Amino acid sequence: MSEGNSIKKFMFVNRKAPYGTIYALESLEVVLITAAFDQDVSLVFLDDGVYQLKKGQQTKGIETKNFSPAYRALEGYDIEKLYVEKESLEARGLTEADLLVDVTVLSCKEMGELMNQQDVVLSF
Amino acid sequence: MLHIINKSPMANSSLESCLRVAESGGDILLIEDAVYAATSGNAFESKIREAMGRFKIYVLQPDLEARGLADRIIAGVSPVDYGGFVDLTTTNKNCQSWL
Repeated sequence: MSEGNSIKKFMFVNRKAPYGTIYALESLEVVLITAAFDQDVSLVFLDDGVYQLKKGQQTKGIETKNFSPAYRALEGYDIEKLYVEKESLEARGLTEADLLVDVTVLSCKEMGELMNQQDVVLSF
Repeated sequence: MLHIINKSPMANSSLESCLRVAESGGDILLIEDAVYAATSGNAFESKIREAMGRFKIYVLQPDLEARGLADRIIAGVSPVDYGGFVDLTTTNKNCQSWL
């Protein structure tokens, strides 16, 4: 890379529910790696991806690690830009109060504008 | 911005989500099973026609041909070959592959 150590805007777009597939967990792993390189990181939750942030996940019965507390730890890695699409929440009967972490709720239009401003968009 | 879709709109919501979220003025490229969305008579045709007012829509010709649908492309959708695919990734500032 010719830009050396310049900071780029990275957006992670999460569109899958947790546990049914490995996407959500893999996204979280890559997000943490990216944060270690001091990049400008945004996390977006769209469609079933909003279920990743649902409060009260109890995974004992499926013998799978509950990784949802990790979203609350992101702040400690200076990842504070979490965005959720309003339409996706509403379509699932959820509100901000159902989410386990503070987020910014954006309309689909605002989400599109934000996506357009990124240097790198990674899809999970 | 370039948006790449690779799933049939009848089996997966990624194209629908892309059309809802993507900012107008961008490019959308349909590849693999998403090429079905670019064929006339498809249940998604009206949504593609509507989207043509906001986006430039491209379809990967080899994927259409492989599925026997090269003669069914919706008028106004632009076919591209692999070279055209590469051009789209370089002329756009950024790119999102919808999974």
